[in-house]
Amino acid sequence: MTDAQDTWTVAGRTFSSRLIVGTGKYADYAQNAAAAEAAGAEIVTVALRRVNLSDPTQPMLVDHVKPERFTFLPNTAGCFTGEDAVRTLRLAREAGGWGLVKLEVLSDTAHLYPDMVETLRALDLLVKDGFDVMVYCTDDVVMAKRLEEAGAAAIMPAAAPIGSGLGIQNRVNIRLIVEQAKVPVLVDAGVGTASDATIAMELGCDAVLMNTAIAGAKDPIRMAHAMKHAVIAGREAYLAGRMPKRMYASASSPMAGLI
Amino acid sequence: MRIQVNGEPRVVAAATVLALVEELGLDVRKVAVERNLEIVPRSLHAGTPIADGDRIEVVQFVGGG
Repeated sequence: MTDAQDTWTVAGRTFSSRLIVGTGKYADYAQNAAAAEAAGAEIVTVALRRVNLSDPTQPMLVDHVKPERFTFLPNTAGCFTGEDAVRTLRLAREAGGWGLVKLEVLSDTAHLYPDMVETLRALDLLVKDGFDVMVYCTDDVVMAKRLEEAGAAAIMPAAAPIGSGLGIQNRVNIRLIVEQAKVPVLVDAGVGTASDATIAMELGCDAVLMNTAIAGAKDPIRMAHAMKHAVIAGREAYLAGRMPKRMYASASSPMAGLI
Repeated sequence: MRIQVNGEPRVVAAATVLALVEELGLDVRKVAVERNLEIVPRSLHAGTPIADGDRIEVVQFVGGG
């Protein structure tokens, strides 16, 4: 049973669910909303795009995944410069009316790793503009520290390339980032299946952010459910404190009283 | 008036941002508007005029990761 008091706080907002889900790549917005519910998510990431003027009646995200039900975390996906990111998030703040955002400044479309120099520059601009910025970053321990010093509200290292489903490639770095951080650390990107999410939480992450691992599953709703439990399991194991690893066996049954 | 909306040329009758959003058939509560690279806060839609040659962006939240 999860401790009801086990919450986490980012930029003054407190959440019980440690699973943030994306809203991309679903068959439709209805499936998307059902997956977010099954995941038990309280925060969903969203993108900002031009309205399709040729068909203003087409379905809108906010009619299915409702902002009254979920905290929207607008992203800057598709932005390759600091200026693009700042412009996008200013519009997002106007569209949504709040300043908690996810900054991602991309470099190369082949791997979608962030351009950390541009990311740091954009973070600086956004912090000065009053945003609370959760920052998608590489799993670079030193850069994570720089982001925190520059005012990041949360550090969100990629476990592996976005949408790759490869799982956590560098546990040591994720752990080092967790240990040094005074703000929440979330694995963002790269999770493929439930065990990946559990590992992220066992490493001490405050939460996990994923999109394709759920949307790209054969049964997204069921995978969302699995991820919910995986995150809870990993968190509980982290709090419980795992047994030390040892090289040799240690019998669980007593040797005394053998017949 | 000849303006550009979301990168495409368009002839509109609307004299204000609010009228433009309505002319485009959109729900003003669900979109954000930028006029010549400056955000127009929702509270100012009715009072912000549209001028010939304006470049307008109308955006909304969509699914994303």
